[in-house]
Amino acid sequence: MSSIPLRDESARGTADALAPSPAVIQRPIFDWLFVLAMLGMAAAYVRAIYFTPLEATQGAAQKIYYVHVPAALGAYTALTVVALMSLVYLWLRDERADRLAESAGEVALVFLTVVLTTGPLWGKPIWGTWWTWDARLTLTLFLWFVTAGYIVLRGAIDEPGLRARYSAVLGILGALLIPFIHLSVYLFRTLHPMPIVLKPDRPSLPTEMLVTFLSFVAACTLLCAALIRARYRYGVQRDALVALEAGDR
Amino acid sequence: MKPLVLTTAWLIARKDLAIEFRTRTAFLSALVFALLGLGIFRFAWDPSAVSAIDLAPGVLWVIFTFSGLLGLHRSFGVEHAERAIDGLLVAPVGREAIFLGKALANLCFVAGIQVIAIPAMAVFYDLPLGRPLLVLFAIALLAAVGLVAVGTLFSAMAVNTRLAELLLPMLSLPFFVPVVMAAAQSTTQLLIGRPLAEAWPWLKILIAYDIVFLTACTLAFPYTLEE
Amino acid sequence: MLEATGLVRAFGSRRAVDGVDVSVGAGDCLVLFGPNGAGKTTLLRLLAGLLKPTAGATRIDGALLRGDSAARAAVGLISHQTMLYGALTARENLEFTARLYGEADPSSVGERALRTMRVFDRADTPVRVLSRGLQQRVSIARAIVHRPRVLLLDEPYTGLDASGAAALTRMLEELRAGGAALVLVTHNIGEGLAIATHAAVMRRGRFVRHERREALDAERYTSEYHELVGGPA
Repeated sequence: MSSIPLRDESARGTADALAPSPAVIQRPIFDWLFVLAMLGMAAAYVRAIYFTPLEATQGAAQKIYYVHVPAALGAYTALTVVALMSLVYLWLRDERADRLAESAGEVALVFLTVVLTTGPLWGKPIWGTWWTWDARLTLTLFLWFVTAGYIVLRGAIDEPGLRARYSAVLGILGALLIPFIHLSVYLFRTLHPMPIVLKPDRPSLPTEMLVTFLSFVAACTLLCAALIRARYRYGVQRDALVALEAGDR
Repeated sequence: MKPLVLTTAWLIARKDLAIEFRTRTAFLSALVFALLGLGIFRFAWDPSAVSAIDLAPGVLWVIFTFSGLLGLHRSFGVEHAERAIDGLLVAPVGREAIFLGKALANLCFVAGIQVIAIPAMAVFYDLPLGRPLLVLFAIALLAAVGLVAVGTLFSAMAVNTRLAELLLPMLSLPFFVPVVMAAAQSTTQLLIGRPLAEAWPWLKILIAYDIVFLTACTLAFPYTLEE
Repeated sequence: MLEATGLVRAFGSRRAVDGVDVSVGAGDCLVLFGPNGAGKTTLLRLLAGLLKPTAGATRIDGALLRGDSAARAAVGLISHQTMLYGALTARENLEFTARLYGEADPSSVGERALRTMRVFDRADTPVRVLSRGLQQRVSIARAIVHRPRVLLLDEPYTGLDASGAAALTRMLEELRAGGAALVLVTHNIGEGLAIATHAAVMRRGRFVRHERREALDAERYTSEYHELVGGPA
């Protein structure tokens, strides 16, 4: 990972103090956080597959749970970052807050997709059905729609200030929406009891499984942070390039 | 300041309604869509398998959502065309008044569709008329406020983006879900003759949604304008 | 009357307006020349309160424009777009604007403005049916319906025929005589100097010339101007 070659220095003469001026646009050769996260994930996987006992009733399929739940946690973390950074941006108008929200939003979408794909994969052998409108899956589905909307909105606006403002508004409104979706789905299910399905997502885990679960939580959190940070750095470089090109005009 | 905001909002709403009345295209297409939808849904289901009362609430609310979107779309288009919005912004009127005026006009639009579509549904689906119908109008109005608050804000945003026709439904529909759910569920309760008290939890969600999002969207609106 | 000091407006790293001072008193007319992209439209939008300055502030009679609605009520704007609602008639557009500004008798002030711009005979036609020149006249009428004390005009002569241009010039003279302050952006040096009390040339966001009209000789100014703005903004 080398530095991006800067244009001819003289072209920067007219760009004044307002331009972001990364004197050296350089990515570290070794993204240690990312490597650590990947090692953590690999270790957790190995532990899950080989060193954790099979669950009595569900068998091997239960092991998807180790990915499904931590991915959900990662998604919620990333979405919290989006909501907070949206507030910070509208308050301080600091483009770094917007960039961080953008990075967290994309990472959240990835994690949400993982949750939505592992859910049915787990559900089919266990519940006999690909999908169930239980509270968490439904909320996750709508979070996915809102986050996808967030990404599409950003893609549809060229002007950075407008894009940041609109994304921030959507971020905050999305955060306000979540309790309402949760309440509605909860009320729906209370009034329309669905067939009881085995809900093994909150069992009391024996120690072995608990350790595996926690190592996945740790690894996913690390991965979430690493991905957001890597995506943020890409955002810094991309914005610097755009500013350079604009200044050259 | 308060009375002035409402007067200005009403002035802007009247202007929007005058424009809509002059051209009528959006309202008529939304209305035709709603009535056609009522018919199509009825034929899509086997009448012996699914009773009208089971089908009606869901159909009604799906239709209101989509025909509402047709109206919401043109809401800020009319300000964008010749930068008429600049005329509003230079004038000594608060941004909140502009938003509320637009939202009020959209509310009249959606309510107009509802006033025609609900009796039409009662006729097509052979539903009990009388007291339930009046309560249904009240629920419909409550839900319309929520739809319009969010839809007006997203309409203001979408008009400044490249994918306006795609973005408005894409952003709005997830936000419409609690409203649609609450409205459809309470409509069902109503039509099968349950006492209103049983639908109360849903109505509470609707009222809370209206208050939260009307406030949030009014506050967020100035951020959607050029600075 | 209209005062702005140290106005700066940046879009990202690009400064469209880069430190401009404007001071226009009652009865004055500041005419602004400059090549495309110099920042004239941005400056006008800043003076109208449509854009928030990155630095500096605009004041009308001492009151901050962006804070005070009474200050905003004194400003009228004519821009590149007509700011009209195509589906409504000229009369309806003007009455709406008059009401927006809290005018006591919207229909008569609307009529008066339309007559001033010689377009009252088309008052009941939907605006989108009118020709571009007539739309421009209605747009100008719209800007003056509330008798602004500060009028900002962005190339207002565009699209106007001879009689429209004459009506506009007459209206501007009347406004000036009544003590209004005008800022006029135009590419037509002759037209501009005919009505100016002050003239400025804008280039790359700054005033490169700014002087009283009396101090100018029109012919020399015209040739100097072309030299001055020879290159791109």
